[in-house]
Amino acid sequence: MSLILDLFTIVCVAIGLIFFAAGTTGLLRFPDALTRLHALTKADNLGLGFVVLGLLPQTGSLFDALKLVLVWMLVQFAGATGAQLVAMVLRKEGGGK
Amino acid sequence: MILALLFDTLLAVAMIVVAVWMISVKNAFAAIIDFMVFGLLLALAWLRIEAPDVGLTEIAIGSGATGVILLRARGLARDRDEMSATPSIGFKILVGALCGGVTLGLAALVLMPPDPAPTLAYAAAENLHLTGVGNPITAVLMAYRAFDTFLETVVVLLALLGVWSLTPDRFWGGRPGPAPAASVPAPLTFLAQWLVPLGVLIGIYIFWIGADEPGGKFQGATILAAMWVLLMMAGLTDAPPVTSRRLRAALLVGPAVFMAVGIAGFWLAGDFLAYPPDFAKPVIIVIEAAMLISVAAALGMLLAGPPMRESEP
Amino acid sequence: MTFPFDTATLYGLVGALLIGIGLFGLIVDPKPIRKILAFNLIGAGVFLFFGVVAKRGAGAGFGGDPIPQALVITGIVVAFSATALAVTLVQRLSQEEAAASDADGKDRP
Repeated sequence: MSLILDLFTIVCVAIGLIFFAAGTTGLLRFPDALTRLHALTKADNLGLGFVVLGLLPQTGSLFDALKLVLVWMLVQFAGATGAQLVAMVLRKEGGGK
Repeated sequence: MILALLFDTLLAVAMIVVAVWMISVKNAFAAIIDFMVFGLLLALAWLRIEAPDVGLTEIAIGSGATGVILLRARGLARDRDEMSATPSIGFKILVGALCGGVTLGLAALVLMPPDPAPTLAYAAAENLHLTGVGNPITAVLMAYRAFDTFLETVVVLLALLGVWSLTPDRFWGGRPGPAPAASVPAPLTFLAQWLVPLGVLIGIYIFWIGADEPGGKFQGATILAAMWVLLMMAGLTDAPPVTSRRLRAALLVGPAVFMAVGIAGFWLAGDFLAYPPDFAKPVIIVIEAAMLISVAAALGMLLAGPPMRESEP
Repeated sequence: MTFPFDTATLYGLVGALLIGIGLFGLIVDPKPIRKILAFNLIGAGVFLFFGVVAKRGAGAGFGGDPIPQALVITGIVVAFSATALAVTLVQRLSQEEAAASDADGKDRP
């Protein structure tokens, strides 16, 4: 049983890392601020989401698991708001091209 | 083991690269963002040398709060960029040699450690049960070296007094920071409305858990101060005027309670800042709670800066 | 295969390097905000150096000697307070300089 859970952790965290790598590539390679923003927020949400999902079976208690999920939700919340604010500034300045 | 050292080496190289970049990059704004990134890497390093409490403090205060303060001055750095002359190459080489010498001397100290390493860990562990708390860091801060911690909060207050005394005369008695923006972006208001209740809960939790696990009043207070600043940024509340009595009471309650307990220690336990045995933990928690309020208020006001508006009639 | 360093030594060397880099920036860069940044970098190096002392003093079931660790926490808070005061001083100075150069501009036709 613990072998299956460990495998689940390894697979999920690996998928999460792939999303992080893809997001970082996008951040470095995409041509303008809006697409870079898109790559970054996707990487944060899905990448961190998979890492947290993978780590859930490794937590000792339900409370610790809930704290991990809370961390993911807070990052989503902050990332989404930050991305919106950056995009709004871009639009006001007539950039984003 | 090898994998862990590989990670450590990567992290070490990343820290050095980011530090060199921070010193050499032309744009002041980039350097400040770089400093905050550096703080995150440094916090990871603290976890690697098994100091999670310090890592939390580094993230909250060293990287987060310090970064915000520096961002307040970024426009200033831009203004002065052209004004300043750069020193000559010869001077740079001289300084480089000096700094290289300092680093080599310190590196020699690292490579030739005293054996056995000096430590107070055993003494700290032996007396931990007397304090009633489970986190040895909290025991050091609140019991073994309580006098240091008391003076530290006084230092934070003194820094705030220093910031306030830099207020231009015509703004004295006014509110810190710029006036709230007429229109705040909707996502920011949304974030403030939903995050602040949760953030206050997390700040108090980090403070509460600090008795037994990594955490404590400084980290908790920084989260509370951040939530306060978020409310100010979203225009949901305004900074209190520096003459506000409630603000001043909040700033003073921590040191006042600490001082009162310290003096009471003469009668109850025979020495200044000695805690009565059997009641050490509740006394520590009362002081910490009062300090949480004061430190959060002081950090929030330090982040908001000196008064920048005329006082209202 | 043996590594020449253990974890504590590695981070101790990083601390020593950070102090050197920060000191260089503090002396060479003329801009006040950059000096404050470099000062914080020196601080980070000193704290890390001290943290390595704590790590080497691990014992009694603790991962590190709690006394230096607690002192570093105190140090970080004090460094933040000093930075806040320094930034405000620089801000006020530049306000005064701007006001003074405005007045100069008005005096001369």
